[in-house]
Amino acid sequence: MARAALLVAALMLTACASGPNANPRDPLEPFNRSMYGFNDAVDRAVIKPVATAYRDVLPSPVRTGVSNFFNNLQDLWSFVNNTLQLKAEGAGNSIVRFGVNTVFGLGGLIDIASEMRIERHSEDFGQTLGHWGVGAGPYVVLPLLGSSTVRDTAALPVDMKGNVVSQISDVPARNSAVVLNAVDRRSQLLDASLMLEEVALDPYAFTRDAYLQRRRSLIYDGNPPEEDPYVPDDGPTGQ
Amino acid sequence: MMKRRFLLSSLPFFGAAFMGLRVGSVFAADEAPDALIQRLTKEAIDLIQADKGVQAGDVARIMQLLDQKIMPNLDFQRMTASAVGPAWRQATPEQRTRLQVEFKTLLVRTYSGAMSQAKNLTFTVKPMRYAPEDKEVIVRTLIQGRGDPVQLDYRLEKTPGDGAGWKIFNLNVLGVWLVDTYRSQFSQEINAKGIDGLIATLTERNKSNAAGDVKASKG
Repeated sequence: MARAALLVAALMLTACASGPNANPRDPLEPFNRSMYGFNDAVDRAVIKPVATAYRDVLPSPVRTGVSNFFNNLQDLWSFVNNTLQLKAEGAGNSIVRFGVNTVFGLGGLIDIASEMRIERHSEDFGQTLGHWGVGAGPYVVLPLLGSSTVRDTAALPVDMKGNVVSQISDVPARNSAVVLNAVDRRSQLLDASLMLEEVALDPYAFTRDAYLQRRRSLIYDGNPPEEDPYVPDDGPTGQ
Repeated sequence: MMKRRFLLSSLPFFGAAFMGLRVGSVFAADEAPDALIQRLTKEAIDLIQADKGVQAGDVARIMQLLDQKIMPNLDFQRMTASAVGPAWRQATPEQRTRLQVEFKTLLVRTYSGAMSQAKNLTFTVKPMRYAPEDKEVIVRTLIQGRGDPVQLDYRLEKTPGDGAGWKIFNLNVLGVWLVDTYRSQFSQEINAKGIDGLIATLTERNKSNAAGDVKASKG
């Protein structure tokens, strides 16, 4: 893991050269673009076909059960991060959700808490760092994991430790769980990725700009302070 | 002499005052921004649920309904100008028209695919506060389908006497502003190939998307 991190850091430094039209939030763009290309190739060759088969073969209730199961584990980690951010309502809802779904929802397979209108408050460690004022830093595309920022990448080892799946001691079982979670997630994004191909002129830039806005919005719980809004100028030929 | 010039120069003010009276009376009928969003969302959801063509993602039908119901409530020129960025200043009126047409087609496609999934939706407009002198406001809504609620926010500008009194000029889905997400892609194209290059890219993309639709419906 440490060696991999070192390798990534070295790659980023060599890729730091930025062109004249460089986006200030994306100084690593050359590196990121090649990593995006790599991820995209792996996705087309392996991940997307597997996720498509998963969606087509398994009946919808089974897939919902799988999603619910992993979301339930996520709620436990959200409880920790809501607590770290001193968000009482989020922490309370998360722990109640986890309790209700684990006990009455057959270990998290059925999302009874949502039926009971107990709202999900997803929080991860990257958001916790952001909440306490750690800036996002440059945009980074990670191998296989995709869009991230320097801050969220730094938080990643903690988020991984915080995921109950990583606590499974049996290695084959743990790996199966990680893969199942990934395939399930990807299968939910099949329609979205199809749309991305149609609506984006540059899928890389579209993904980056949407991701950075989305993360920023999440850190402020959907209510971020306004950045300088761009005011269009009609210029000399204005109507 | 002085007197005459004063009279002449004050004419526009009288005109404005007179217009003000007229606008004032229209203004009284203008909707509040949150009421407008409430009405539009409800109309849109009812339409989606009643219209088979829309549910099937029929782009021509969606475009037609959009022109009727939604476009009068959008400041689409501002949306396009804002996505294009500083280069808008240099664009000729023809280029501006072309940009708007192609950008609209691209966006309609974004949402036409999602229509088939828009079943049994409920929505709430969050309570908002705004001062009478506010020129721009944000209206926040939550759309609830299956799964987690989706945050959908609108940025509106005051347009007294025009349309419902407010027009939408940006849209936020799950924390992501639609127009802003296109800005750096557009400027990339403009930097590389100029405004006509951007128009050509958009046109080409819309064509290949339409061709993909035909293939999909046949296959």
